[in-house]
Amino acid sequence: MAAPAVIQPTEDSVRAEVRAWLEANWRPDLGLIEWREKLVDAGWGAPAWPGAFYGRDLDASLAAVVAAEMRRVGAVGVARAGVRNLVIQTLLEHGSDDQKRRFLRAALTGRDSWCQLFSEPGGGSDLAGATTRAELRNSRWVVNGQKVWTTSAHHADWGLLLARTNWDAPKHQGLSVFLIAMRQPGVEVRPLKQMNGHASFNQVFFTDADVAPEHLVGDLGGGWAVANTTLMHERRGADGTAAAQNAESPRQGPIYDEEQAEAAITMEPYKWYPQRAGRVDLVLERARQTGKLDDPVVRQEIAKLLVLARSAEWTARRARAAQAQGQPPGPEGSLGKLVASHVARAAARVHTMISGADAMLAGEDAPLQGVIAEVLVSVPAVSIAGGTDEIQRNIIAERVLRMPKEPGFDAARPFRDVPRNAAGGRGT
Amino acid sequence: MQYTFTAEQREYRSVLRRYFSDRSPPATVRRLMETEAGWERPLWQDLNRELGLCGVHVPEQYGGQGFSFIELGIVLEEMGRALVCAPYFSSAVLATGAILNGASEAEKQALLPALAAGDTIAALAFTEPNGRWDLQGVETTATRMGDGYQLAGVKGFVVDGHTADLLIVLARRPGTVGEAGLSLFAVDGEADGLTRTPLRTLDATRKLARIEFRDVRARLIGAEDQAAGPMAKTLTQAAAVLASEMVGGAERLRESALDYANLRMQFGRPLSAFQSMKHKQADMLVDVELAKSAAYQAAQAAAEDDENLSAIASLAKAAASEAYVQTAIHTIQIHGGVGFTWDNDTHLWFKRAKSSEVFLGDPAWRREQMLQAWGY
Repeated sequence: MAAPAVIQPTEDSVRAEVRAWLEANWRPDLGLIEWREKLVDAGWGAPAWPGAFYGRDLDASLAAVVAAEMRRVGAVGVARAGVRNLVIQTLLEHGSDDQKRRFLRAALTGRDSWCQLFSEPGGGSDLAGATTRAELRNSRWVVNGQKVWTTSAHHADWGLLLARTNWDAPKHQGLSVFLIAMRQPGVEVRPLKQMNGHASFNQVFFTDADVAPEHLVGDLGGGWAVANTTLMHERRGADGTAAAQNAESPRQGPIYDEEQAEAAITMEPYKWYPQRAGRVDLVLERARQTGKLDDPVVRQEIAKLLVLARSAEWTARRARAAQAQGQPPGPEGSLGKLVASHVARAAARVHTMISGADAMLAGEDAPLQGVIAEVLVSVPAVSIAGGTDEIQRNIIAERVLRMPKEPGFDAARPFRDVPRNAAGGRGT
Repeated sequence: MQYTFTAEQREYRSVLRRYFSDRSPPATVRRLMETEAGWERPLWQDLNRELGLCGVHVPEQYGGQGFSFIELGIVLEEMGRALVCAPYFSSAVLATGAILNGASEAEKQALLPALAAGDTIAALAFTEPNGRWDLQGVETTATRMGDGYQLAGVKGFVVDGHTADLLIVLARRPGTVGEAGLSLFAVDGEADGLTRTPLRTLDATRKLARIEFRDVRARLIGAEDQAAGPMAKTLTQAAAVLASEMVGGAERLRESALDYANLRMQFGRPLSAFQSMKHKQADMLVDVELAKSAAYQAAQAAAEDDENLSAIASLAKAAASEAYVQTAIHTIQIHGGVGFTWDNDTHLWFKRAKSSEVFLGDPAWRREQMLQAWGY
């Protein structure tokens, strides 16, 4: 009995097929979402995805051929930057078929905007201690509680919500993840102003907010596993680091303007991130301009910073090279987050030395129109956001060095009985 | 630049690690460090007969194995880890390096095979009692006498200078200053007029000597007055691979501190269960891994003769110095009182860390060299 003939796509066949499709369909005078709907429905928007859900089951090298052809003609791609990508990845892994059909298309086309509702004021590093509650009333989920550090919540149509559905189970087992409509009376979004003056994040308040029963993601009580998928993709750097589009053809026309406007909204919360990392790139030029490059004490501090920053960069490359070679991950791969904190702090210190009295100024009165001042007041975020330095050290000690885990006082008993912050926990 | 080792290089490392752990256990290190020479023939001959270590980076036409500074870096990292007592850095790195960079083709043919085989042990006498690591500090003079030269002056801090068969000496033509007028010379270890005095060293595993030259007969190596360039390159390459030796020792210390913290019970639980210990160990791992990355980068830059080698070698030496000393301090602290005792092995590496911190230039000097090499 002959096996059914399966024609395996090759680089040439994929290139020919996508080229013909683009020739027939790509037009820069289409509306952004109108175009993306064509693209997504044809499976060319996410060609590595399953055929059943807007993809074509292509492997990474063939998907790269598609991307290259799109770049060649200047065709706009799907919307996958920022939080949207985290939600997409989470739904791909844990969503029901109905959820994938309902949400993935609208996410890829950019019709729906998303936010991630995980962190809470009482939570901090202890994400699994979430106390926002979801209760089933009359076959609908009713949500009450508060989230914080929510990027782009004020633009979002939907949110990926981590909430407690069982208070009698141990903390990790009483959580569930939901898809919640953000534009409803029970959801209030307020900007959260940071110490550097930006308000990249929001606080989100839920008062009897409504969630449809079919919008539970994964199993009831299985929210911790779902949330970890999201966090894994967040740590991989999907957050706020969308690759620049390298077009090989001129990108002029309304569809590009629409795409740029969308990117501006997506990237707006991250505009101070270069300053948060310390701006090591500015140090030598600033020292030269201020004459501090001749000061032997400042020279030493600059050199220490450069030794640290270069060593950090080479360590990251070692980790990537080992990964690319398929070697088992070495310790060098787990240090990046903590090392980035060291670099940022050292850079802020050196910028202060170089600026001298000018370091007391901000905004237009300060060096580089306030960029240096923004470094000084943004750097503290690096050692907190995405896992504090202290948590990073625990992770390195426990996972890399195999040292004993921290004693847990919360994981084995009903969450109801676990001591926790009374309200908020925002300090003074 | 590549950022990983090849499968062959990893295998080479594991062979060396097993070999040194077998042939240079702490008991052997302790026995040899108590001797005046600081090393002994049998181990040295085995290193060369069984592994060909002295010739690892020497081209095959001079009797070497023809590998690169990457493999030399691996050898030194593993030697630093085991604190191998042998005149390797002095002979295979410094003296061999000076000849490779500064000697004529005929001199290389004449000198290198015996050095690469380990049959001749050479020391590089370049520093003087003034302790300067730059070439301007050289005061020893070489005066032409017939078809040879006579050396006069004092060299200090010469690694293995009291036991070497052959001395490669940096000296200047009388009346010259700075980097001008410098030449390299070969002097027999037993030459007349030579007084070699072993110095008492903080690190007993790396022996240093003071060498007085009273009108000692010497042969010129390489071109007269042209040694500044080759010497600078030799010292840059040496700093690059010294960084490898240092991170090898630092990693060994870090691991010993972790092992001890896991074994030592206090207040009913292992030391390693205390969060202060976990955080310290995490910081130690960061220090050592960053320094390793810099050392590997420097070895690679030396292998490729990268235009940034000078800056990267200084960077790596500075990074390794800080990391090694800091790791040694933490390791003693984690061991507590026992870490301060003679019987505990930690002080052997601690002393190597302190000695290496200043050898070939302390971190502050190296950082300044790095900035200048980058044009700042």
